Amino acid sequence: MTSVTARTTPPTPDLRRRPRPGDIAARMGFRFAAGLTIAITLGILIALIVPSVEFFSEVPVNEFLFGTRWAPRFADASFGVVPLITATAWTTAIALFFAIPLGLGAAIFMSEFAHQRTRRILKPVLEVLAGIPTVVYGYFAVQFIQAVVFRDWLKLETGSFSVLSAGFVMGIMIIPTIASISEDAMSAVPNSLRQGSAALGATRRQTALKVVFPAALSGIIAAIVLGVSRAVGETMIVALAAGQQARIVGGPLEAGQTMTGFIANAALGDSRVGSLEYNTLFAVGLLLFVITLLINLVSIWIVRRFREAY
Amino acid sequence: MNDIRNTSVAPERTGSTNTIVHASARPSLEVPVLDCDSVSIFYDDFRAVHDVNFACLRNEITALIGPSGCGKSTVLRSFNRMNDLIEGARVEGAITYRGEDIYGPEVDAIEVRRRIGMVFQKPNPFPKSIYDNIAYGPRVNGMKVDSMDDLVEEALTRAALWDEVKDKLKQSALGLSGGQQQRLCIARTIAVQPEVILMDEPCSALDPIATLRIEDLMQELRNDYTIVIVTHNMQQAARVADKTAFFTAEANDTTGDRTGVLVEFGDTATIFESPHDKRTEDYISGRFG
Repeated sequence: MTSVTARTTPPTPDLRRRPRPGDIAARMGFRFAAGLTIAITLGILIALIVPSVEFFSEVPVNEFLFGTRWAPRFADASFGVVPLITATAWTTAIALFFAIPLGLGAAIFMSEFAHQRTRRILKPVLEVLAGIPTVVYGYFAVQFIQAVVFRDWLKLETGSFSVLSAGFVMGIMIIPTIASISEDAMSAVPNSLRQGSAALGATRRQTALKVVFPAALSGIIAAIVLGVSRAVGETMIVALAAGQQARIVGGPLEAGQTMTGFIANAALGDSRVGSLEYNTLFAVGLLLFVITLLINLVSIWIVRRFREAY
Repeated sequence: MNDIRNTSVAPERTGSTNTIVHASARPSLEVPVLDCDSVSIFYDDFRAVHDVNFACLRNEITALIGPSGCGKSTVLRSFNRMNDLIEGARVEGAITYRGEDIYGPEVDAIEVRRRIGMVFQKPNPFPKSIYDNIAYGPRVNGMKVDSMDDLVEEALTRAALWDEVKDKLKQSALGLSGGQQQRLCIARTIAVQPEVILMDEPCSALDPIATLRIEDLMQELRNDYTIVIVTHNMQQAARVADKTAFFTAEANDTTGDRTGVLVEFGDTATIFESPHDKRTEDYISGRFG
């Protein structure tokens, strides 16, 4: 039978294009999801910009950016945002001061030194930290760190609030973010590089710091940037623990109101839509957005400049 | 001892018959550079290699050949304690490096690897510049060098790569071709001035021309180093090696686990032309399995 069919000419192959509705539906679906994300982002941006434009028609940009007195609700209102920026800068810097070394240290340990079993336990435990609601962190900062540790135990000269307690606790909050993403980045570095380094007589420490860390730098920077963005945008902890008075913060033990802290305190729903007070919220929000955007741009530049792609 | 070898042995290598003569003419005059004595290697309870005995002599190329899963790479990796990086790996018996047990309690694996370098199957340059790839080893070892530039140039020259890369030392090593990357990895190994170079199928990811360049390079390097190479390519073993060790895998009757054993070890010419063991002959002549 095979010999018979082999001799007859096979039928012309049917290569015609055929409808694949599943493919079309999937492509439409993905396109919709991608489009919606962009649309929502643009929508938020417009919602931020429109009231901000109104705000800047009443308050000059210079006065807003460089003014040193923030008193939007006073009779002699003043809209200098510098005090809010100093508080945000202090809390963010303090948070990163604790979170970057601890987070990266934990990541390097998990990726390069810990046994598999230790890592399997440690990583989920660390990630639980990320699941704690920030309001809990906020009360922890104000009731325990500030009141008990700083004032009762260490006898520090500080009031009920400080940027130090808010920043410190915020640092604890972002450790898992930095540790987890950096660990992912370092674990993704091919083992062949570790072996190549070991074969040259490098110690684990040298391999970790001189080969794996630079190779994972782009992921590590991404982790830090995410940490910075979370610190700049974090609201509940600073609203509870940093203080509610907008004044220029000169030291870590002083209290101060951050940009997010101001928005949280002022946005209680009692400001009339379209009023200057209402627009102020959006102007500060837009400033936050711009700052985060700048951080992102700088980090992209850093990654391009320094990364060792493998 | 050095004089004897340098004058009589190294320049004499023109054909395979010479190899036999010089190898048998110097029986055990010197301590082997590497010596396996009843070596078994385990991964947890799994016995990967059983009772291996052979020795690698100075300034010789020893090839380890055999089918996949016969444990030849495992043996190679035990020579510079790379198996330490695998959890559960364990060596029984003794592997000595110039008489020193490299698995002795006082021995630092880092020191072993400084002296016994390794080139891997897939070129694995660091994602750094060509220069930094070479300088990395001397730097991490804290080697006192008068001029790192000179050392980099020398290592690249010895690895027959200098002319191709001398104008782009600051560029990423990943921009090089596969064959160049492998020569870079050899240069990187040479830069820490080891005594032994282990090569784990160094040409398996390369095209034939790049392979020949590496083989030529090995012939050059054997004047100064002792080389152990694992290869799947039997012609390569026949071309480059002074001694050849043929491994195979034997299945355990009860568990079915396959354990690597050394079938035959000897001069390359003997192994390829008149092997004593039927299994070697079958493998060499392509009748394996």
